[in-house]
Amino acid sequence: MKKTLALATGLAAALGLGQAAAQVSDDVVKIGVLNDQSGLYADITGQGSVLAARMAAEDFGGSVLGKKIEIVFGDHQNKPDVGSNIARQWLDVDKVDAIADVPTSSVALAIQEITKTKNRVFLISGAASSDLTGKACSPTGFHWTYDTYMLANGTGGALVKAGGDSWFFLTSDYAFGHALERDTGAAVTAAKGKVVGQVRHPLNTSDFSSFLLQAQASKAKIIGLANAGGDTINSIKQAAEFGIVAGGQRLAGLLVFITDVHSLGLKTAQGLVVTESFYWDLNDETRAWSKNFMAKHGGKAPTMVHAGVYSAVKHYLTAIKEAGTDEAGKVAEKMRQMPVNDFMTKNGQIRQDGRVMRDAYLLQVKKPEESKGPWDYYKVLSTIPAKDAFRPIEQSECPLVKKS
Amino acid sequence: MFELLGVPPQALFGQLLLGLINGAFYAMLSLGLAVIFGMLNVINFTHGAQYMMGAFCAWMLLKFLGLNYWFALILAPIIIGAFGILLERLFLRRLYNLDHLYGLLLTFGLSLIIEGVFRNQFGSTGQPYDNPLPGGQNLGFMFLPYYRAWVVVASLLVCLATWFVIERTRLGAYLRAATENPTLVQAFGINVPRMIMLTYGFGVGLAGLAGVLAAPIYQVSPLMGSNLIIIVFAVVVIGGMGSILGSVITGFALGVVEGLTKVFYPEASSTVIFVIMAIVLLVRPAGLFGQTR
Repeated sequence: MKKTLALATGLAAALGLGQAAAQVSDDVVKIGVLNDQSGLYADITGQGSVLAARMAAEDFGGSVLGKKIEIVFGDHQNKPDVGSNIARQWLDVDKVDAIADVPTSSVALAIQEITKTKNRVFLISGAASSDLTGKACSPTGFHWTYDTYMLANGTGGALVKAGGDSWFFLTSDYAFGHALERDTGAAVTAAKGKVVGQVRHPLNTSDFSSFLLQAQASKAKIIGLANAGGDTINSIKQAAEFGIVAGGQRLAGLLVFITDVHSLGLKTAQGLVVTESFYWDLNDETRAWSKNFMAKHGGKAPTMVHAGVYSAVKHYLTAIKEAGTDEAGKVAEKMRQMPVNDFMTKNGQIRQDGRVMRDAYLLQVKKPEESKGPWDYYKVLSTIPAKDAFRPIEQSECPLVKKS
Repeated sequence: MFELLGVPPQALFGQLLLGLINGAFYAMLSLGLAVIFGMLNVINFTHGAQYMMGAFCAWMLLKFLGLNYWFALILAPIIIGAFGILLERLFLRRLYNLDHLYGLLLTFGLSLIIEGVFRNQFGSTGQPYDNPLPGGQNLGFMFLPYYRAWVVVASLLVCLATWFVIERTRLGAYLRAATENPTLVQAFGINVPRMIMLTYGFGVGLAGLAGVLAAPIYQVSPLMGSNLIIIVFAVVVIGGMGSILGSVITGFALGVVEGLTKVFYPEASSTVIFVIMAIVLLVRPAGLFGQTR
């Protein structure tokens, strides 16, 4: 081990990077993927995100500045206390340099605070709340893949334009659901629609019939599902059972992932309009990356969260290389300076508040007869340019944004 | 239109009916638990996993063998029951003379393993299962899907039949006697170990049947059992451990209570049952229908 280390340092020195290499703390760049490994978000994030991070490290050659890149992972069980404990253990004892993914906004908000205090980089892909780049922003925290504002304006805006001007929300009762309901409500109101009511259900509910009946009674044209994962799937499935769509009301799955569509089956999911920042079948580059991913992930297509983890880890490693150090402040600065370019991102810019500006796609789930093969689920309705997809910086509540 | 506590009465009727439907699942699952606990004194923590296996069994029968829902309704409980018998022969049998806790630990461990295997194989989002009885009837105050109506009827029939067999037939009498005094019953020439084994198989089969009934409503997912099992245990505790009629009545009643909570204060709908459990335990530690032993 010592020998290889010496060799690596020597090699790095020979390449003129000697000084920089000395600045990698603990002689390893360790990235911790923290997400739901066993619960309702495990297919959206879970091992797929770990795989994506590993692929990024491999594509980077397995080392940066002559030091090994190591990927570790943990299961936060969607509980902020469990997640915080793992994060503290990682940062204080296990020499982890950056934490990645972290779905479940309540957990992500806790980790954002911890990484901010301890000065480490936080690469958020799985969590949605736009507060992560709003009042809870951090100089070392990056919101990579999507957020509730993007979902709200993408799906919400499109549906109001199509005539769905009265909304009732079925909201998951925690930080994410509240943020999504708030942002979508704002988008609906801005487009001259109105919100007629909402009901908040506990996370991980199995029976939605009672809530759906309340939504049905509201006579709203659109029932907005401000929930995710298994909750969304069960809502959609049971809405079909209770004849809600047949009765003329429309469902808006505000956060639907491709794995959810797979799980529902096209027969139930057809026609749903969703907003995502990645779909495997967009172009040759996305197809090539996804093919590689699927081969290693039991044939399952990557979600936008998986793709985002790869993109974030890759950019983080590139920034370490360019900055010549893994010190979080300097790396974060470098990350903001460099444009993000990879298979899912074209000239992405990172704003002061930590928001990665990328295009989003308004997608519609295909009819069963339109699908030509496994995972052929979406048709692209339109591309939403980054400046329209995300909250304008002038409206940001982030204290890091200097207002003129 | 007059309103009751801010909710129109039609909506209230609808919610009551929905509560009964959900109560049907609680009743069927807690019935299985009560039978197993009453007869074997085993706290069967694998019940949730076996419910999940019932749903997966139905899904696999359809996907791999092309057998539809109605076949699954008969086949899946038999298959899952047989699996239960296997568990009983291999593991549970060795624990009858030990404290309850050992059985609880064993079954809890087994359920973690079973769920882990399924999650690893099928992922956590689950598989779709088509509704065999699409459509429904507009009752004026709510839209009642045919399938949900069928679930209530089926579950009531199963609960009544089970109660009748155990409380009103000769076989049931043997069973109850064997629980009280196995040695004596054996002396009369009745094969007690086999009877116990079949009883466990039956209880597990009930869980499997509930799983098949649930498949078209919920997503067939490895997590479906663990989401439900804790609530069902609360139902059993409230009804009185081992009381068959108690578990059925409590199951339906709590379904209704939960349904009403979803209208008046939805945020608390996942906790209301545990609040009731705490109160019942304070006032009647043996449960509403239980007898102190």
